[in-house]
Amino acid sequence: MQQTDTIFRIICQIGAFLPLLLVAGILSQLCVHSTDAWEHFGLSFLWGSNWDPSVEDYGALPHVLGTLLTTFLSLFLAIPLSFAVALLITESPEWLNRPLSHCVDLLAAIPSVIYGMWGLFVLVPIMQEYVQPLLTDMFGLIPLPGTAWIWGEDGGGFGFLTAGIILALMVLPYMCAVMRDVFRMTPPMLRESAYGLGCTRMEVTRDVVMRYGIRGILGGIFIGMGRALGETMAVLFVIGNVMDLPSGLFSCGTTIAATLANNFAEATGLQQSALFALGLVLLLMSFSIQLLTRYYLHRVEVVRGETY
Amino acid sequence: MKTDIKISARNINFYYGKNQVLFNNNLDIHANRITAVIGPSGCGKSTHLRIYNRIFELYRNQKATGELILDGKNILAPGIDLLQLRHRVGMIFQKPTPFPMSIADNVAYPLRLHYHLNRKEQAERVEQALRSASLWDEVKDKLHTSGMALSGGQQQRLCIARALAAEPEVLLMDEPTSAIDPVATLRIEELVQNLKKQYTIVIVTHNMQQAARISDRTAFFYKGRIVEEGETSRIFTNPTHKQTEDYITGRFG
Repeated sequence: MQQTDTIFRIICQIGAFLPLLLVAGILSQLCVHSTDAWEHFGLSFLWGSNWDPSVEDYGALPHVLGTLLTTFLSLFLAIPLSFAVALLITESPEWLNRPLSHCVDLLAAIPSVIYGMWGLFVLVPIMQEYVQPLLTDMFGLIPLPGTAWIWGEDGGGFGFLTAGIILALMVLPYMCAVMRDVFRMTPPMLRESAYGLGCTRMEVTRDVVMRYGIRGILGGIFIGMGRALGETMAVLFVIGNVMDLPSGLFSCGTTIAATLANNFAEATGLQQSALFALGLVLLLMSFSIQLLTRYYLHRVEVVRGETY
Repeated sequence: MKTDIKISARNINFYYGKNQVLFNNNLDIHANRITAVIGPSGCGKSTHLRIYNRIFELYRNQKATGELILDGKNILAPGIDLLQLRHRVGMIFQKPTPFPMSIADNVAYPLRLHYHLNRKEQAERVEQALRSASLWDEVKDKLHTSGMALSGGQQQRLCIARALAAEPEVLLMDEPTSAIDPVATLRIEELVQNLKKQYTIVIVTHNMQQAARISDRTAFFYKGRIVEEGETSRIFTNPTHKQTEDYITGRFG
């Protein structure tokens, strides 16, 4: 009896320490392999905008900005969408919310390479034929100087906006699942007391359900954000893979993850080290988002009087 | 003592899906009186109360038939403005339900829903409501802290203040002290008695002593039927039904 307990304990301990070891290992590997790049370029690697193997000049800025741009575009599209879907699922009758719920969950089961192919063969032509001309025309009507810079160089359907749309679809199920659970968790009595004061559905949702579940909603958003930051395959298909600074929403570009996937196989020497440095930057970006989330959620708790 | 009838329930039946839980309820609620609804758990007393502001309609499978006359108008009829009804008929629940916002915002919330007030008027009404709920002195220095940080009894009084701010005519209380300690319960009972000057109050309670202490009239529910109702003093001293007597003497329930 005691012996099996000991074995069980050891197995659990190994399991518990494994993630810690992995994170430490990955972080140290990234640091070690990127030292060449950091020594060569210093911190100016971060704002260098060139990426040219022929002259051995590498900078992270286009990749970082591309990553941020696609991520924020995807969140901008996915947050209202998943919010609406989650709300519909919780408020609709059984016969509708079950199939709907399953469909959204199934979205998460589609491999990212399928999203990429769908993006390449379906979305890119649609963007080129319809969406981009429509948007340009619509915004062209606004008598504002320089709306053209929003769109930038035309990538012919490829580019940041297309990548953002694909990413939005990919993060939707995660964000939606979390928000759905949050909406379901609101105590019925709390909702009833809001209805009891004479609230409409919208007022109950906006003032009580959302406020009550704000932590969960933010948590869901950050889960989606983390996913969008690192997503590689689907983005690779539609972003255009041009290592330039983003010039607008229609322009081609790259992200850190896409650059890494595209270049690692052939890279040697300083370029390889620069790629490792890019990887480190991506990891630190994810980490800082995690930290920011924690801090923010803690603040919310304090303000709402849940932590004393 | 002659009083007006504020609400009159006539032939009320209630169903959860196909399961009937209230049978032919007839009950008059007198204006500016406290009516206690008592009975063993599961007898339908909360269900009965939840018809008065039609809050049960939030759930698809619940259905009420019959008539509920509020000031001469059947509120179960189609075409009734539910928001208006719930503005007139406030409700307090078994557990305190402060919204996740500050104390002042909790009380100001119904004001923002139903009235267009300027800042000063709103602050006055908030203070007035908190005073009516005898909570003002305890919270006047921390109006902008979270309502969720108050004690259970204070939270329940905050909910009462919130309900009062809307200036309802009727106050429904569904076992308002069931989650609250005895001292805080006494404060709320005192408060409820003060409120009857201005409001018509219906209180569901599983606590017979509470009903005897604070109510003017009592209705005894058993298995979905109203067995007996009348002046509280008579129900508790001279019940006409065997079941009522058994219940109030503690033989079951």
